[in-house]
Amino acid sequence: MRRMGFFNLAALALGFGFLYLPIVILIIYSFNASRLVTVWGGFSTQWYVAMLHNGQLLDAAWVTLRVALLSATLATVLGTMAAIALVRRGRFAGRTLFSGMVAAPLVMPDVIIGLSLLLLFVAIGFDRGFWTVVIAHTTVTMCFVAVVVQSRLASFDFSLEEAALDLGAPPIKAFFLVTLPVIFPAVAAGWMLAFTLSLDDLVIASFTTGPGATTLPMRIYSQVRLGVTPEINAVSTVLVGIVTAAVIGASLFTWIRARREKRPAA
Amino acid sequence: MKHVLGAVRRSFQPWNDPGAKPFIEFRGVSKRFGSFAAVDGQTLTIYEREFFALLGPSGCGKTTLLRMLAGFEQPSEGTILLEGRDLAGVPPHKRPVNMMFQSYALFPHLTVENNIAFGLKQDRLPRAEIRDRVAEMLRLVRLEGFGKRKPDQLSGGQRQPVALARALAKRPKVLLLDEPLAALDKKLREETQFELINLQETLGLTFVIVTHDQEEAMTVADRIAVMNHGRIVQIATPAEIYEAPRTRYVADFIGSVNIFGGTVEPADGAAVALAGEDGFALRVANGAQRPPQGAPAWIAIRPEKVRISHEPPPDPARNAVAGEVWDIAYLGDMSIYNVRLASGKIVRASLLNAFRTVERPISWEDKVWLSWADDAGVLLAE
Repeated sequence: MRRMGFFNLAALALGFGFLYLPIVILIIYSFNASRLVTVWGGFSTQWYVAMLHNGQLLDAAWVTLRVALLSATLATVLGTMAAIALVRRGRFAGRTLFSGMVAAPLVMPDVIIGLSLLLLFVAIGFDRGFWTVVIAHTTVTMCFVAVVVQSRLASFDFSLEEAALDLGAPPIKAFFLVTLPVIFPAVAAGWMLAFTLSLDDLVIASFTTGPGATTLPMRIYSQVRLGVTPEINAVSTVLVGIVTAAVIGASLFTWIRARREKRPAA
Repeated sequence: MKHVLGAVRRSFQPWNDPGAKPFIEFRGVSKRFGSFAAVDGQTLTIYEREFFALLGPSGCGKTTLLRMLAGFEQPSEGTILLEGRDLAGVPPHKRPVNMMFQSYALFPHLTVENNIAFGLKQDRLPRAEIRDRVAEMLRLVRLEGFGKRKPDQLSGGQRQPVALARALAKRPKVLLLDEPLAALDKKLREETQFELINLQETLGLTFVIVTHDQEEAMTVADRIAVMNHGRIVQIATPAEIYEAPRTRYVADFIGSVNIFGGTVEPADGAAVALAGEDGFALRVANGAQRPPQGAPAWIAIRPEKVRISHEPPPDPARNAVAGEVWDIAYLGDMSIYNVRLASGKIVRASLLNAFRTVERPISWEDKVWLSWADDAGVLLAE
């Protein structure tokens, strides 16, 4: 292997430092015994204990988790359906327009999406709360799923589905027995993306939520406005841990899959 | 056994039997995509146990015809019947036909066994029967021991028989083959063609194959439909297509051919005489057609029916022309001579290399005579 030059090393260190130093500091201070965020007072896990006794925080976490699971699942179903319609039924009227419109929320500012959804819910008299957040997150994350699945379907050989039909499987069964298993990695990736997007969304949730449905990012944000406590650091560390575990899990999953498929034909 | 099958095969000519029941019928079938007619009002009858080939260049409508039979496309006009039953409105998964796809379309997430068992599971057959049938299919295509592999652990040459076994597992009434051997190399393709013939004879099924490879169609098929621009130009046995093409298109598409144009002249007896465009007289003895005097007509002559010699033929007044050897291609089993006529036209003659000799009796730039018998050419009116 080629040895890295000084410049490359420095760039690497700076880049990674910029990315991860704040998170490392956050994790370190979550174990701080002192009440003051910026002064190190020795090692302690007291903030984790406090966090577990903070009902509001736990409620918010529970709401967030439910919202993320529900909206990611809904978004995956709808997004996959949209992707299939866009890729397969190639010639329907207004396909280009529809295709562009599915991707539009990717670049639309969150504030606009949040505001427009709020106006919609008010206009139709939908009581804001848990379900409005779920609907809002589904709307936003659906397009991410659609884009991910669409790119997989572009290289999907639709004669596989025709073969399933030809061999006697009705269309729905052909989809679940052949198409879905083949595109599953993309669908799973779409779900994961939707899940994490929903998990850390603050803006859209703030616009569309109502009483009794405060998500974790909203709770953290409102607490931080009153002053950063080490308790927030502890919560954040747990979140970082969950995300890291999920990423490592997903990589392991794909790595094992790839290894199994690359097994030489002996 | 082989001999008996051959004998049966020779007498297998249901298309010449007015009492034979059609198995598959296309009646005035059209398929339009927008204003483009992929298939244009075609009628076609295929008989039971026939190995039928749809042959033509890409975009001629042959695949569309096959896909309409499978149910993936609906005809814009006309009806398709299988054993007298109208197939309109019958979805692909309810048709008693199975297809082998050009891409093989093997399910990548299933093992070879489960690929073959897929169709049987849809029929909810008992597990033991499925297992037996899968084993039987693997034996049939000689892939025993490969059952637990995934498709991507097989070579291209091994995937093809899996696709075939999967399509045959349900014992369909008709097996559709869409360019089944296009992905194989030449040698493997030729071997597989003979395996397909044997398989079709052993199983006694009706096979419909789509191909753009005329040699493949000639090798495997009982009858060939030559297609062009959404129309069937000629349906006949390989020998008839080769020896008695109906149009210049068919003559040119199948094998190589020399075509001479001319105008019809008054003739004596059974032959038709043409004043050839290339400055020599042409005569054709065969063909029932008698185009009117003065009409344009063409004569097609296969290279192997052209005699090539240094000496002028006994009757240099008819079907004989002098030229100069322009090119020689030595192919081992035969040599091909391209001879340039005074008119500039290149005529091809082929000579079987029946003797082991390295010397060539005819060489580049030799002045030679080309000639052929009255019945060697085919008269074409279009």
